[in-house]
Amino acid sequence: MRNSTTGWLLIAPTLFILFITGLLPFLYVLVVSFFDWNTFAVNPDPHFSGVENFRRLVFDEAFLYSIWLTLKFTFFVVTSQLVIGFGLAKLLSRNVPFKGVFRTIHTLPLMVAPIAVGATWRLLTIPGLGPIPHFLQKWFDVSYILSRFPDQAFITVVLMDIWHWTPLVTLTLLAGLSNLPREPIEQARIDGAREWQIFWDIILPFMKPVLLTTVFIRLMDALRTVDEVWMLTGGGPGAETRFIGLHIWRVVFPKTDYGYGSAMSLLALYMTIVICWLLYVAMTGMKDNKQ
Amino acid sequence: MTRSFIRSPLMTFVFWLVLSFMTLFPVWWMFLVSVRQRVDLFGTPSFLLDVSRMTWGNYQAVLSNPTFQKYMINSLIVSTSNAVLVSVLGLLAAYAMSRYKLVGKDNIFFWVLTNRMAPPAVFLLPLFLMFTLWFRVGDWSLFDTRLGLVLLYCVFNLPFAFWLLQGIVDGIPRELDEAAYVDGASTFTVLTTIIFPLAKPGLAVTAILTWVFAWNEYLFASTLTSVDARTITTGLAEFVTVTGTNWGQLAAVAMLTLLPAALVLALVQRHIVAGLTFGAVKG
Repeated sequence: MRNSTTGWLLIAPTLFILFITGLLPFLYVLVVSFFDWNTFAVNPDPHFSGVENFRRLVFDEAFLYSIWLTLKFTFFVVTSQLVIGFGLAKLLSRNVPFKGVFRTIHTLPLMVAPIAVGATWRLLTIPGLGPIPHFLQKWFDVSYILSRFPDQAFITVVLMDIWHWTPLVTLTLLAGLSNLPREPIEQARIDGAREWQIFWDIILPFMKPVLLTTVFIRLMDALRTVDEVWMLTGGGPGAETRFIGLHIWRVVFPKTDYGYGSAMSLLALYMTIVICWLLYVAMTGMKDNKQ
Repeated sequence: MTRSFIRSPLMTFVFWLVLSFMTLFPVWWMFLVSVRQRVDLFGTPSFLLDVSRMTWGNYQAVLSNPTFQKYMINSLIVSTSNAVLVSVLGLLAAYAMSRYKLVGKDNIFFWVLTNRMAPPAVFLLPLFLMFTLWFRVGDWSLFDTRLGLVLLYCVFNLPFAFWLLQGIVDGIPRELDEAAYVDGASTFTVLTTIIFPLAKPGLAVTAILTWVFAWNEYLFASTLTSVDARTITTGLAEFVTVTGTNWGQLAAVAMLTLLPAALVLALVQRHIVAGLTFGAVKG
């Protein structure tokens, strides 16, 4: 090992930039959240207000509703992606001609800009132009108008996210499945175990680390979904698909209520951390019980 | 009997085919909208391309629009500068992590990675305030500059480059640079003549993926720019809110937005999954 000063010099630019773009905003938002600061207010200068912003937040129905929507959305997309992704991975773990080509196609949505994903789905769902409203009307006599029916908007947003991110789940689980040990499964089969028993008692425990990582990553991404929803529904109709990121962005910026917005941002961040932490505890606890 | 049929290679093949179709369909539809004439857009949707009625008019209109040209050039400059910057800094940092004894190494590594995981919406407000209030000299501020975006995109791209390149540098045998040091080479010489050439394939993957991530970014670009530094993704969003009825041009812009990602897809496909899960899962 050589002089560690050189090492620090080499890593310094990286740490410096991340300090400016990552840590500083966090500290700043923390400080501002304790201030009453609105540039449109009678007194536009920041002044200390203690926990007043947080007190307001607890009674802010629009904010609480956006949290509820975010949680609902996250629950639906993560569970359905896990189930669909696992099913697909199980089916696709076999060898097949052109596997590489298929895999590449399947990876496409992961690389497409979220804002372009929103645009594609918008083109699929515009009344008069999109095929989805046309065929729903023709075959099922259902009138499908995103800007009018909240349930349709919510379901479409969920479907869009499933289209966008299921490939990630499929591919991670596919990687996990290909590393499964063969002997215990074959042995169990010889011993007369049923398929679901093999799945539950052998495959699932082996897959636990991969599953945990996948759920984690999807959870964090789902909780911060903004771009594609903004493009598809604009958070509407009303505020029915206005998830937490959209809420912070749309409500806070036009109103320039900086102190309140900071408190809101901070609470959203805590929510993400707490949910991930709870999940981590729950999943590791489950593993311990099994062993 | 039926069970073995469902599990036959033929059925797996058919299944992949259906799945690929479902994956590609929305993009195919968008392509159709982008090359159709206005009169053909409405009515019963047709999923086939009528080559005789095809038109590149939407693309021509978009590409000859000065505002859009500016957005596209901004996007190109920002993504490219950011990709180069994070690849170079990431390589240096990865080398330091791999070869030097640094106090609190694991904590540094963890902290760097958490920067990528933070929800961007949370940091919009402080960053906006920092850009407009702190980083300003006279009339100039970091707000609405390409430089601002290049720096800002480091918050998610630098941890990624750092993480990816650390794996690459760890894979380069230590003996190679040790031998060079014994021969009296400086750290700079070792980095440029040994580490850089050997890390080239990894650097290429890093640069391509970070380039695409920067190109795709929307939320920061939309809030931290107003006129001069706006990017292609914000342009796409503006199409909906400002000229909401011109679907053909909207589709053309969206196609241009996703084109780079589609082009490099085959090159980096194997690294995407590992990249998006921070190496917890090998693709």
